[in-house]
Amino acid sequence: MTQPVFIALQTTDTGRSIVDAIVADNPLAQAVEYPAMVKIDSPGRLVVKRGSVEERLGRRWDVQEIHLDLISLAGNIDETDEEFSLQWRKA
Amino acid sequence: MQVDIKTSDIRPIRQTFSQVARRIGGDKPASRYQEATLNLQAETNFHYRPLWQPEFELYDKGRTAIVMADWYAFKDPRHYYYGAYTTARARQQEGADKQFEFAEKRNVLGSLEAATAESLRQVLVPLRHYEWGANMNNTYCAAYGWGTALTQACTFAAMDRLGIAQYISRIGLLLDGNVGSGLEAAKREWLEDPAWQGVRRVMENLFVTKDVFEVLLAQNLVFDGLVYPLVHRHYEQSIDLRAGQALAMLTTFISDWYDETSRWVDATVKTAADESAANKELLSQWYGAHRDEMVRALEPLATLALGTDTGASALHQVRGELDARAAKLGIKV
Repeated sequence: MTQPVFIALQTTDTGRSIVDAIVADNPLAQAVEYPAMVKIDSPGRLVVKRGSVEERLGRRWDVQEIHLDLISLAGNIDETDEEFSLQWRKA
Repeated sequence: MQVDIKTSDIRPIRQTFSQVARRIGGDKPASRYQEATLNLQAETNFHYRPLWQPEFELYDKGRTAIVMADWYAFKDPRHYYYGAYTTARARQQEGADKQFEFAEKRNVLGSLEAATAESLRQVLVPLRHYEWGANMNNTYCAAYGWGTALTQACTFAAMDRLGIAQYISRIGLLLDGNVGSGLEAAKREWLEDPAWQGVRRVMENLFVTKDVFEVLLAQNLVFDGLVYPLVHRHYEQSIDLRAGQALAMLTTFISDWYDETSRWVDATVKTAADESAANKELLSQWYGAHRDEMVRALEPLATLALGTDTGASALHQVRGELDARAAKLGIKV
């Protein structure tokens, strides 16, 4: 069974755009709203793509900016200039 | 004693304003851009019609022949509302100020050859009057256009043009050692030099053009689409060979701004063209007429800036690029 990963983001103006982008790019992901926070669970893998976030924000967005809205996450991180992805690496 | 920390989930009664909710399909969180844009245009309860134009309401969709079912279909791809716009520009201004400070300290423009400095005075500095004209035209669109989605972006464009005029003036002042004689000479060029009279005539004709969308298209797509690449790309590149990038450093904001604003202009024109065949027809007609007239007006300026042969070929190339850009927006060229 694949282990689920998750990412929790603050519900800010930017945060909401990131959540929208994640939900659009990861068909299996499920967003759950908490007070001032959105937690997104996804089985196996979850990816945040720079292009999708930029489209929603209407400006350039550096993948590293995700840390401004990030609360918590679970999974091994893989970061490039283009995307930020989470998955559990096999030991 | 045991202390239990409980969390309680307090939900806001409403996620956004009802006029925004009606547009985005229900009560869900809206972005700042949406909240500062959608349905903000005043529509009813105007007591009087304007005395100078009794056939129109104070804010009236009829001030352009372009017909839109929904004037909020115009989306700014940059998502600029007051907050985002001022933050972005403040950051850019800080960068530009640093470059001017550096240029002043090292006297980078003062050490230019006399012929290069004179060329800048004749070709670049008079553009401050062009920028002021563009400010007037965008202000006109903001004042008489309909719908916040369109008019707020025009207001931002108008402010940007004043800023660019100021940067050009500062280049003029760097050239003449802060006495202002360069700016006065540039004004005489703009008013009297034959090379500038075509541009001035077209600009002044735009001041008395009544149709809001025609002014927007003519100024922001056609006129800028020819002047910016011609002067800020072709001419400045030719100067760079002699000025060693000094000028490019001072005009970074101008070229960055042009690339950024083109995204908005393209999105706006495309939205209008996609709306109906009638709009497309009208836009194509305006585009063709203004392009021909503006290319003619720019011929002597291109010669002044780049010499007869290079000037003509640069203008030809710029015109071709503009046609390709317009064709992508749905305009028949």
